[in-house]
Amino acid sequence: MSELTVRIWRGLEAENGEFQDYKVPRLESQTVLDVVTYVQRRVDASLSYRFACRVGVCGSCAMSVNGVSRWTCRTHVSKVAKDGLLEIAPLRNLPVIKDLVTDMSVFFDKWAKARGQFQGEHTRHEAFAQVKPDSKARKNVDAAIECIGCGVCYSSCEVVSWNADYLGPAALSRAWTLVNDVRDVAQKERLQAVAGDAGCQACHTHITCTERCPKGISPTAGIAGLKRAVLNASLKGEL
Amino acid sequence: MRSIKVQVILWGAQRLSALVLALCVLVHLATIIYAVRSGLTAAHIVSRLHQSSLWTVFYSLFVLAIAIHAPIGLRTVVAEWGYQGRIIDGLLGTIALALVVGGFRALFALQGLA
Repeated sequence: MSELTVRIWRGLEAENGEFQDYKVPRLESQTVLDVVTYVQRRVDASLSYRFACRVGVCGSCAMSVNGVSRWTCRTHVSKVAKDGLLEIAPLRNLPVIKDLVTDMSVFFDKWAKARGQFQGEHTRHEAFAQVKPDSKARKNVDAAIECIGCGVCYSSCEVVSWNADYLGPAALSRAWTLVNDVRDVAQKERLQAVAGDAGCQACHTHITCTERCPKGISPTAGIAGLKRAVLNASLKGEL
Repeated sequence: MRSIKVQVILWGAQRLSALVLALCVLVHLATIIYAVRSGLTAAHIVSRLHQSSLWTVFYSLFVLAIAIHAPIGLRTVVAEWGYQGRIIDGLLGTIALALVVGGFRALFALQGLA
């Protein structure tokens, strides 16, 4: 049976950690998450990592694999292992708690900061809002609504690495779905929240988030939409 | 840290000036290529530009677009290096002023307006 050499980041903080090598049997249809799980169950039980569903729904198993952020449960070893070598590290742009586990509070706090919460005005006693499935706004929502919050885009974003205040692709993409939600009544506040040097205007359109998103979402397109919406609001004096 | 409104205005101004610059640079380059076809002399340049109101308007627009575009872009670069605040904004304002003064000084000299 052939073997994989797996280098895994170990340590309590990014600065104090180091890579350690492990040998893992190479199996057919093996995923990167399978490899990490093998190490934790058979080689070193002290290895910390995060996963839940194993089928690409929950968004908790994202890691940096050979330098690229990926969802590990849906990433086949055959796709990423160069010469039988895997280097697995925690997501970038987030503080490391231990080994492969990052503290994602900043990531999710920024969703809240970008007014990622839906705010309606109808109660259960009123009729449902009617939104045409083929309307432009609804299509914009559809394009970005399947985000699983894995943090791959945030970890890949160069602007986040330069500017710690930048809200990041996921939070802005979420805000864009709500800007297009015709039922939402907090539009002005949301545009204020996503505007400016720490918001959509900071995006350099490198498109790394779009390239890496495992769900095929384009946060770049959403951010471009936000830029237009913010500029329009600003010209109308509504910002 | 400027207010959100100012940040958006700066961003919009940079986009708009980029649009102007894209056109100006194209015209500028095309003119250079056309103008040097039979050698380049100072006399040729001056004779083409001297007291031409069309070129005065064109290069005035060019200078203004540069003076708006460059400092705002620098501001973003410097902010990503970790420097921002009133002193930086003051320095960038000075750069903008220097670009306007230097640009119009050269333009007026060539047009024979000064």
